[in-house]
Amino acid sequence: MQLTSRLLVAAAKLISGYTVRWKDAMPDTCQRIYFANHTSHLDGLVLWAGLPPHLRQLTRPVAAKDYWEKGWLRRHVASAFNALLIDRREVKVHQSPVDLMIREMDDKYSLIIFPEGSRNAKEEMNRFKSGLYYLAKKRPDLELVPVYLDNMNRILPRGEVLPVPLLSNITIGTPIWLEQGESKQQFLDRARQSIIKLRDEDE
Amino acid sequence: MLFETLHPFILGFMEGTKKSFIPFDNRTAWLIAAVMILLIIGSAVGELLERSSEERFNSAVVRSFNQRIRSWWLMCAILIAGLVIGPTGTVVLFGMIAFWALREFITMTPTRRGDHRALFWVLVIFTPLQFVLVGLNDERQMFKVLLPIIAALFVPMRIALANDEKRYLERSAKILIGILICVYALSFAPALLYLEIVDSSGNLWSEDQSANKGLLFFFVLITQLNDVMQFGWGKLIGRNVIASRINTSRTVEGVIAAAASSALLGALFSWVTPFAFWQAAIIAVVVSLTGFAGGITMSAIKRDRGVRDFGTLLQGHAGILDRIDSLCFAAPVFFLVTEFFFTGHGTTVDTQAVVIWVTSFFI
Repeated sequence: MQLTSRLLVAAAKLISGYTVRWKDAMPDTCQRIYFANHTSHLDGLVLWAGLPPHLRQLTRPVAAKDYWEKGWLRRHVASAFNALLIDRREVKVHQSPVDLMIREMDDKYSLIIFPEGSRNAKEEMNRFKSGLYYLAKKRPDLELVPVYLDNMNRILPRGEVLPVPLLSNITIGTPIWLEQGESKQQFLDRARQSIIKLRDEDE
Repeated sequence: MLFETLHPFILGFMEGTKKSFIPFDNRTAWLIAAVMILLIIGSAVGELLERSSEERFNSAVVRSFNQRIRSWWLMCAILIAGLVIGPTGTVVLFGMIAFWALREFITMTPTRRGDHRALFWVLVIFTPLQFVLVGLNDERQMFKVLLPIIAALFVPMRIALANDEKRYLERSAKILIGILICVYALSFAPALLYLEIVDSSGNLWSEDQSANKGLLFFFVLITQLNDVMQFGWGKLIGRNVIASRINTSRTVEGVIAAAASSALLGALFSWVTPFAFWQAAIIAVVVSLTGFAGGITMSAIKRDRGVRDFGTLLQGHAGILDRIDSLCFAAPVFFLVTEFFFTGHGTTVDTQAVVIWVTSFFI
């Protein structure tokens, strides 16, 4: 398992040539939700690989079950980076993705999530799904860390199988929390803006 | 001349020590030693400048000086590593540099979704294949035709298949310029290692081409020193900026003075090459001028994209293209001049032809 995950990190580095920038934030083992813009199947892998090794062991990307359980290779890769697979099709009442995430996080793991839900092919980010809000509400102690992934849509865009090994950037910003009395929509908009801000400062 | 007087001593010394330990021929070893000493001095000076808090040293200049010294160490290490492993090693290392440079180039250039498959071909298939062909060193020299013929026709076709007509010509051109500069042109540098060179007196220069390593080192050394001299002379005596909207630091005076200094350096180091000292001087001028061409062309590309240098394009990335732009342009010309005049295909060196060729460069 150790070997596969090392190979995965090397492959992620080779394919996406990422550099990581911690902007007004520091790597920390405290429990966090990293939330990022989503344009490529590689997003989860690359963001996970971009974390320092000791955080990687404690961080689990949340990924779609239907994609990552298809075939031996994908299953193997998903288990190597300890992905938390969520069934997007059958959302049960007592088994909601948010409950599952909180249960799987326990008091140890951090998560990587993509609140847009599915990969986005447009310039602007989609509106965020509400999962992030419920996570923040049920676990107010979690640090919600915005991450902007740059150029991933050119490396492996939607609908392509083979990646083009360009260079990418991972920008990790200041944590946010759910404010007192903030409505769901206000909070989700603010979270989305925090990623857009990272992008705009980048340019 | 220095070499001739010292040579018997050096030979004696080398036979005294384990000669097989050094994987280069003697001349190359001496050149590398000289470069290392210069680099050590350069690093020491850089360190001193950084420590001295005096105001008269411009800190930005000191920083860029140190950056350059560091990248030279890296370049030197890469060259030596490649030379130790053998020609194949050098080809592989240059292939990796070309791959990285093209990555930087394409990352900086906006492409559309329809270019994806073409880009995959270019980065994953054509780039490695080019260096495989250089390493194969077949008689027909297929590496000279793969990219300018096959890839240059294939890429526009592949983009057309993607069914997106928007800015089609522009997109094709961007990708082709990228391959041409970053991959094709650069691949001529390691190709130097395979040339069967006949020196100016008509004898085979080096039985097993092992001395070619020294020639490659000579070439990289001249391009790099020329870069610095163009900048330095431009600062000192530069008055007339050549193309102010493209690059404000390249001046007529700087280019001419740097070409003259390069000629001097070329003659000084001619003992490592198959060239007579005056031939080495002329070739160094050619390298100097083509190096300038590379710098100004890449400046134009950067200006068009609105970036200052490739290093700042993505923070933390090394900006390989900033360092090798002059190398890319000078490599094919240096290779072709050497091949034409020093492999027995052409006649003996015709000074006039070279002079005409060089002057035509500016017209």
